[in-house]
Amino acid sequence: MTLRSSLGRVKGLGSAKEGVHHWRHQRLTAIALVPLALWFAVSLLCKVHADHATVVAWIAAPHVTVLLLALSLGLFWHLKLGLQVVIEDYVHSPFHQIVAQILLRAFAGLGALLAVVSILKISLGS
Amino acid sequence: MSNRPLSPHLQIYRPQLTSVLSITHRATGVALSVGTVILLYWLQAVARGPEAYAAAQALLGFWMVKVALVGWTWAFFYHLCNGIRHLFWDAGKGFELSTVYASGYTVLGASAVLTLLTWAYVLAAPGGAA
Repeated sequence: MTLRSSLGRVKGLGSAKEGVHHWRHQRLTAIALVPLALWFAVSLLCKVHADHATVVAWIAAPHVTVLLLALSLGLFWHLKLGLQVVIEDYVHSPFHQIVAQILLRAFAGLGALLAVVSILKISLGS
Repeated sequence: MSNRPLSPHLQIYRPQLTSVLSITHRATGVALSVGTVILLYWLQAVARGPEAYAAAQALLGFWMVKVALVGWTWAFFYHLCNGIRHLFWDAGKGFELSTVYASGYTVLGASAVLTLLTWAYVLAAPGGAA
């Protein structure tokens, strides 16, 4: 006999209280990051000793701007999901747990915003 | 009760390739997360203008930073290759023990080769020796 409702079971809300949401988002961002990260690494290699004007012109091309924005959002979402589990596993005191989780969200959120604003500022001209 | 041993009992547990690669995936993920600070620093320097960009390039060319970047490059390729290995597992493929070991050694080899190729290119590129 179980005290859980049928709806609770069918939504997959186990002890983690969130079903497969975290798992799915981690995989979706991983799949997106494979081509995006490879493209970024190769592009960066081609610009390794480039001057400022060259880098700005590269980032300002519309398709590069879009791909860099996608990379930034996917990267920091993937980072948040991954570090969240590391903290859940290794930080044992409830107080430190919530502090670490809040700091992680602040870092990931601010990092994503800084990346997006920097890219847009370069792309749209200061 | 609070001193109960936890499993796996790391003091007496012999590490295998599988468990070492697994914890390395997590460790490289943490290292790459820290490394995003460098990426953000470089990106905002480009946004600030030529002077800030020149200062960032000079800092990234400093040898101690370069050594860290080599480590970071390996962490990137390792996490990328091993992440693809994980995606195959998520699709239900590659679970035979021999395949798990073969893919594990492939990840180690590929990440080392890609790191060497990347830095050979960086150092050989025009202006690279500076």
